[in-house]
Amino acid sequence: MPWARRMTVETKRWLNEDEFVDALAMCQIIPGPNIVNFSVALGARFQGLPGAVAAVTGLLAAPMFIVVCMSIVLEQVADNPRVIDALHGMAAVAAALVIAMSVKVTLPLVRRRDWLGMALACAAFVAVALLQLPMVPSLLVLAPIAIGLERWRR
Amino acid sequence: MTGADQLVDLAIVFAKAGLVAVGGVITVLPEIKRQVVDVHHWMDGPSFAGLFALAQASPGPNMLVVTLVGWRVAGLAGATVASISLIMPPATLAYLMASLWRRFRGALWLRDIQAGLTSVTVGLIAAAALLLAEGSASTLGAATMVVVSSAVLVWTKLNPLWLLGAGAALGALGVI
Repeated sequence: MPWARRMTVETKRWLNEDEFVDALAMCQIIPGPNIVNFSVALGARFQGLPGAVAAVTGLLAAPMFIVVCMSIVLEQVADNPRVIDALHGMAAVAAALVIAMSVKVTLPLVRRRDWLGMALACAAFVAVALLQLPMVPSLLVLAPIAIGLERWRR
Repeated sequence: MTGADQLVDLAIVFAKAGLVAVGGVITVLPEIKRQVVDVHHWMDGPSFAGLFALAQASPGPNMLVVTLVGWRVAGLAGATVASISLIMPPATLAYLMASLWRRFRGALWLRDIQAGLTSVTVGLIAAAALLLAEGSASTLGAATMVVVSSAVLVWTKLNPLWLLGAGAALGALGVI
């Protein structure tokens, strides 16, 4: 996303700084990968449906190709116990990546002493991680409550 | 099960995931794992964790794990169906909202939605983190690696690829 900002705002000048922030806000309230949504919205704005399709294809084609190639290479050597152990080692770091992300998104709530935000985050965590409730109904209940409480607080 | 049935299942699982992936694919990771491992038995937990690690090591967005699951289940058709199904619901919304962009500028209700969803997202990311930690910290070495890597990632700006490489090397050497 920082790279997307540099390209669209600074290098290509497709958007100014404010437009970028607006677009990002829009993408964050839509589910799904933010960068994909951003590409769709940007492509659509300039060239309609073909623009949106072109933007997403450009964004994803190369990474998908690369990741599938890596997977194919790995499948060739998947019987080797060394390879399986190496993947376990990588999985530990992949878990750490998400833990670090979790810490980084939680800290702003704590620093702002946003008690409501922390309570809502705890509710989501308890529902999905501890009670292991299915995600779709949990979200359908929690999201409207969260948005309603934010509105009430304002 | 025939190939076509599998593709339909992939499409349903990932279209649903795309619809509720507030704040990105990481938030639906527990649900995706539940569907892939427990409901459809497409692979076991460690295999899923391996695919996730591979996706994290690749350049590109987090959603690549979905491409890989599709690939592993049903080859090229699976990878294509899984990826497109995940993207379609949110991309359609983004497409429809693109034309309304400017009208929403500074709208207060937009800020309410953003704030509410951000808090919920924070909790969901924590849930995904716990799930992955439980899955990968199966030995003392692995648990140590999870803790040390997390600390490094939070407190330094080290490129995660170095850590992923170190994890792979230590794993191959049997340390983890």
